[in-house]
Amino acid sequence: MSLMHIAYLMPLFPLAGFLILVAFGRRMGDPAAGWVGTIAVAAAFVVACLALTGLFQEPASSRVFIHDYYTWFHVGGLSVPVGIQLDQLSITMCMFITGVSMLIHLYSIGYMKGDKDYSKFFIYLNLFVFSMLVLVLANNLLLTFVGWEGVGVCSYWLVSFWFERDSAASAGKKAFIYNRIGDVGFLAAIFLIFEKTGTIQYQGGPGGGILGQAHHLGGGTATAVVLLLFMAAAGKSAQIPLFNWLPDAMEGPTPVSALIHAATMVTAGVFLLCRMNHVLVLSSNGTEVIAIIGGVTAFVAATIACAQQDIKKVLAFSTVSQIGYMILAVGSGAYIAAIFLMVCHAFYKGLLFLGAGSVIHGLEGEQDLKRMGAIRKAMKWTTVTFTIGWLAIAGIPPLSGFWSKGDVLENVYSHYKPLWALGLITAIMTAYYMTRLETLAFGGDARWDKIGPKGEPALHTPHESPWVMRLPLVILAFFAAVAGIFDLPWATHHSFNNWLAPVFSGTLYNDHLHGAGTWALATTDAVAAVIGVILSWSIWRKGSVDKPSLEPQFLQRVWYWDDFYDTVIGRPSQKLAYFFAWVVDARIIDGAVNGTARLVKTSGSAARKLQTGYVRNYALGIALGMAALIIFMLSRTWWS
Amino acid sequence: MLLSLHMLAATRPALPDVLVFAASAAVILVGALGVVTSRNPVHAALALVMTLFGVAVLFIEQEADFLAAVQIIVYAGAIVVLFLFVIMFLGVDRRDDIEIEPLVGQRPLAYLLIAITLAGVILMLVSAHWVTGAHQVVGPIEGPITSSAGSPSGEPAQLGKQLFTTYLFAFEATAALLVIAVVGAVVLARRPPVPQDADSADADTESELPS
Amino acid sequence: MSLAGGWYLGLAAALFAIGAVGLLVRRNVLIMFMCIELMLNAANLTFVTFARMLDDIGGQALVFFVLVVAAAEVVVGLGIVVAIFRRRSTTVADDLNSLKG
Repeated sequence: MSLMHIAYLMPLFPLAGFLILVAFGRRMGDPAAGWVGTIAVAAAFVVACLALTGLFQEPASSRVFIHDYYTWFHVGGLSVPVGIQLDQLSITMCMFITGVSMLIHLYSIGYMKGDKDYSKFFIYLNLFVFSMLVLVLANNLLLTFVGWEGVGVCSYWLVSFWFERDSAASAGKKAFIYNRIGDVGFLAAIFLIFEKTGTIQYQGGPGGGILGQAHHLGGGTATAVVLLLFMAAAGKSAQIPLFNWLPDAMEGPTPVSALIHAATMVTAGVFLLCRMNHVLVLSSNGTEVIAIIGGVTAFVAATIACAQQDIKKVLAFSTVSQIGYMILAVGSGAYIAAIFLMVCHAFYKGLLFLGAGSVIHGLEGEQDLKRMGAIRKAMKWTTVTFTIGWLAIAGIPPLSGFWSKGDVLENVYSHYKPLWALGLITAIMTAYYMTRLETLAFGGDARWDKIGPKGEPALHTPHESPWVMRLPLVILAFFAAVAGIFDLPWATHHSFNNWLAPVFSGTLYNDHLHGAGTWALATTDAVAAVIGVILSWSIWRKGSVDKPSLEPQFLQRVWYWDDFYDTVIGRPSQKLAYFFAWVVDARIIDGAVNGTARLVKTSGSAARKLQTGYVRNYALGIALGMAALIIFMLSRTWWS
Repeated sequence: MLLSLHMLAATRPALPDVLVFAASAAVILVGALGVVTSRNPVHAALALVMTLFGVAVLFIEQEADFLAAVQIIVYAGAIVVLFLFVIMFLGVDRRDDIEIEPLVGQRPLAYLLIAITLAGVILMLVSAHWVTGAHQVVGPIEGPITSSAGSPSGEPAQLGKQLFTTYLFAFEATAALLVIAVVGAVVLARRPPVPQDADSADADTESELPS
Repeated sequence: MSLAGGWYLGLAAALFAIGAVGLLVRRNVLIMFMCIELMLNAANLTFVTFARMLDDIGGQALVFFVLVVAAAEVVVGLGIVVAIFRRRSTTVADDLNSLKG
């Protein structure tokens, strides 16, 4: 039996961890609960490695293992199995999900030390990893949706982990609601696909699944499906117009931001689109829309990041921007480039978030960049690893960011030159704002030992983090630096490209321009990065940190996007709800019900007056009836 | 008086019949108005007797001799006497005040409704030509053979025959009804007993009294 | 030989009307009772008239029963009047209105 067959254990280990922690977590306490959670995910990682070797042993054309474990339900023509589809795409996702999760669990042992809900944190984290693995391993759309919802709900729990804070509770709700809006698109897409192809399995089942039946989707339906799937991806991966939940989600603890909002959940949207590449290829209109939105999102988010004061918010908008790149790649048909960027992004963005967490931890909760400075002198390990992450995301060769972003831009160039230009400008801005972050936090002179601009007291000297926090930083820094090796443009053998190609067979567009074209573009990327870095460093290195002209309100307020939604959707909805509650419900419906009762009462009171108690009145009633009867009989005789 | 009833519609009535009818009608109506307008209940009872006599005469006129006799004996002789007994017994033979009418709209409505009813009935009688006798009534639906047949003749005999054959059940039921009425009247009108000791036999009959 | 039936019927109707008006207008319970007797007599007259007109002895049989029942009714009714009088010392119908709604 091949090692592939043990892949089902991967989600089961975190699930076991979740159950154990639910039962005994509070008793285990700090730090035993954390170690249980970490070991559960580490076990999943080991299984992933073993499954990978099992997959490697298969010949390239048949690296797909689909197996149903049992039938969830069977209704009419729809049979939904619970099973896994292990192929190159899902194992790649599993590898970096379990690997990065493992490191972040380790980090959290130190970061969450002393928190009163210590074990609850790991319960949610383990459940999250379980859901994410279900999402990527599922062999049909509905099971993917289960995982999709699972990560959504865990994200809600984790973002509002410190729910005693109103802002955290609201942020959790906001994240969940935006995700739900996207889910409508997901469900509608499932319905449409099932209606036209009769199946919701990706490749399994009779008829070869969606892969085999995709030709049944006509042009219009395919575009609709693609746009609906993109709506789901926009909600989950924070693209325009559903992106403003991600900055608010920074209310959650930093490991949550690192895991969910940098490395895993937000990539689920990209993953879904890659999984459904057979449908995407049927609608060029749909993919064009996807590409445009991805490119625009990348640009807009980058501009906003240039003006943010909170260290985590800069990274949040950076995430939105980087995912915009991935979506842009997907829209241009460059699925492998998108996945490659996803993997590298997991490494360096995870590293950056964890590093920021380390800084925040060292400064005992301070997150405002304007109050940091010269951290390099106090926290050496954090500084070095963070710097590697910074260089990677800025796109400085030879770190992984340069290769992965370059891959994306090269493919986009072949398709949509305007979007390529936009992507290039965004790359410059990425380098700019990341350097600004680095400089304000680590460079310059210390500002944390002075009274703050709003009168906050001076902070103590930041202390370096414990080893459980430093080790993940080091490991991630290593990968952020060297991950470019996986897909060097001139490598034709054993490259990432070749590894993933069979998944996208027939739909692939990965055009490596040969020779001079490739080098020209690569050089352009490198130059852009360097320009951004130098520009930013020169501006922010010296002088006051308050430069309002470079941080306009428009950018700080997220292009007033939140305010726009509030005015157009939020307030009117509230008014409508108020109307329904107080006018329709209270007056009309209650009025009708109470009115009926009142009517009965009034008519009863009126009818009561007939009972006067006087016998002679009753006799009068009889006389009345008698007269009526006589008249009736007369009228009958006359008319007949 | 034992004329054939078949010839009724064809012939004009004779003068004596008209006179008897007119006189009886006058008596009846005067008596009725007397009952309604008398202030003294005793006067009203006497007016009632007058009406009953008039009705009895009309019964005889229509060849219901037995009923006329029964009417006098039972109605005038028993019921009105009973009325007078009660009036005297209760001591309410004083004059009433019939002018005041506390109930709103009672009198006008009463006049109106009864007028409508009366008008309707008269209209029916006229339009059906019953007044002039022009309307031919259908023949006997059920009932006795007239005196020309071989069975015992005479109205009382015919009535009696029907009572004891066709209407026997109702006859027996009225007998029971009379018994019940007597028992009821006795129970209702009993003088309430004087309060006795708890172990007295009368104690548990107290609850039956309406008072 | 008597008149056409319609005359008797008209007379009976008039008698009935007078009795009805008396019932509705008078307040003394005993007078009301007598008015009821008037109405019953009107009905009896009608029945006898129709017995003659339809040549059916059943009408007269019915009058017989009406007579009996009227007698019984008067007996019980006056018993009730006596019982009420013992309690309330009134024979005015309007005073007995405690069953008003």
